[in-house]
Amino acid sequence: MDLIKLTNVKKTYRTGVTAIQGLNLTIAKGDFVFIIGSTGCGKSTLIKMLYREEKPTAGQIVVGGIDVGKLRNGKVYKLRRKIGVVFQDYKLLPKSTVYENVAFALEIFGLPKDEIHAKVIKVLELVGLKSKIKNYPAQLSGGEQQRVAIARAIVNGPKLLICDEPTGNLDPETSMEIMKVLEEINKLGTTIIMVTHDINIVKQMNKRVIVLDAGRVLKDYEKGTYKHENS
Amino acid sequence: MKTVRIIGRNIRDAFKGVFRNFSLSFASISCITITLIVVAISMVLSENVNNFTLLVERDVTIVAFIDNEADEDKIEEIKDQISVIDNVDKYEFKSKQAITEEMRDSSDVFDSIMKNWTDEENPIQNTYQVKVIDINKIKNVADEIKKIDGITVVKYGEGMVEQLIATFEFIHKICIGAVVALILVTAFLISNTIKITISSRQREIGIMRLIGASNINIRIPFIIEGLVLGLLGSIIPVIITIYGYTELYNKFGGHLFSNFIKLIKPVPFVYTTSSILVLVGILVGMFGSWRAVKKHLKI
Repeated sequence: MDLIKLTNVKKTYRTGVTAIQGLNLTIAKGDFVFIIGSTGCGKSTLIKMLYREEKPTAGQIVVGGIDVGKLRNGKVYKLRRKIGVVFQDYKLLPKSTVYENVAFALEIFGLPKDEIHAKVIKVLELVGLKSKIKNYPAQLSGGEQQRVAIARAIVNGPKLLICDEPTGNLDPETSMEIMKVLEEINKLGTTIIMVTHDINIVKQMNKRVIVLDAGRVLKDYEKGTYKHENS
Repeated sequence: MKTVRIIGRNIRDAFKGVFRNFSLSFASISCITITLIVVAISMVLSENVNNFTLLVERDVTIVAFIDNEADEDKIEEIKDQISVIDNVDKYEFKSKQAITEEMRDSSDVFDSIMKNWTDEENPIQNTYQVKVIDINKIKNVADEIKKIDGITVVKYGEGMVEQLIATFEFIHKICIGAVVALILVTAFLISNTIKITISSRQREIGIMRLIGASNINIRIPFIIEGLVLGLLGSIIPVIITIYGYTELYNKFGGHLFSNFIKLIKPVPFVYTTSSILVLVGILVGMFGSWRAVKKHLKI
């Protein structure tokens, strides 16, 4: 079943720059997809449209049954609650502890304290940071901070996890640790879309790979075929 | 239950927000404190002037002097004529004997001069003392009374009373204007100060939006934070109002400059004024936050 479906999507910015044009794409539930391409190919615009940071100029984007283009500003939160997003710069609250950063995502929904505690501990265990719940972001390494960001993104149990260059600031070893965490999450049923520049990761992970160029899909590699064709 | 939990957490987060961003919170609190002190002073001044105007208005009396030739029937006739004049509230007959007694009681000099006067020799006249409903039209009433046959002179402190009341009404209006203007200016000042606080927390708002917080979810903690800032900002003005005014009242013995100008009694005046200050602080803080956070909610 498709979780994401893009039909003839076009995005032109107010400056007149067309970032995406005539894009058609489907991503199935439970998939793990890499999106790659040179700088300016439209990768960032594509994922920004998926979590409705940007609106498509034309065409239709459906994520988890929600027509993203038709979503009013006041209702965007309904989409966001189904999606987790992870960024290159982690976007953690510097004055809050690891526990508070993750719990923050649940507290705004008014869950009981016990339930929040159980969920936060469970998710921090999954990303391997249970021992650092009282630390502040500045006391953690880059890889650890990214794992906190991932924990926060998945603590709500989203159907889709969008990762925008999550390993961009990390060394190769730490990057692979993050990839292992993401693979674990994917195995639990969460669909993952990851934008990256790191071809080594793409090759090692052996997942579906979509190559964008000038706002269009240049090539769509089925799972396991990218490494073979690009080695 | 869920709503209670959310509100509870918002209150906790609001206090955390105030203390974690202390330097900016301190700027907002100081801004609220200073303006509320000025608002408090204006309110105290305005209410006292208003109170004094009311006292003066209540005390102003038209004294109509009756011709000493007038007999009892004539005096009755004058009374009937006064009673039908527009804007007359109350009237009272005061005989020359009663006035003489009052004067003799008030001063030893009067007493020694007047004690030997017989009724025929007494030059003091019988009077009607008239109070009016609308003090601004006192002159019309005085003019009407003057026309009545048997009335020789009409006195009410003409000129002085009108001027005094007009001056106090003017001061009262200026004070009210100042209070309103101050509240508006404070609201915008606080709004801007909170805007800086919030701009420094744009990241937090951005993250809240990303993880699916609705506009209300984002706005409420900041509005409660504004409420807390308003509450904290009104502490010093309230203390100054309660202790400062009570001290001032006691020091002057309830009168200002002369026995003529009476100050409003501190209780319950200081408490109502303080409640208004707290309310203004809270509302202004909440409005400031609401306005400041609005900008960051556009997606």
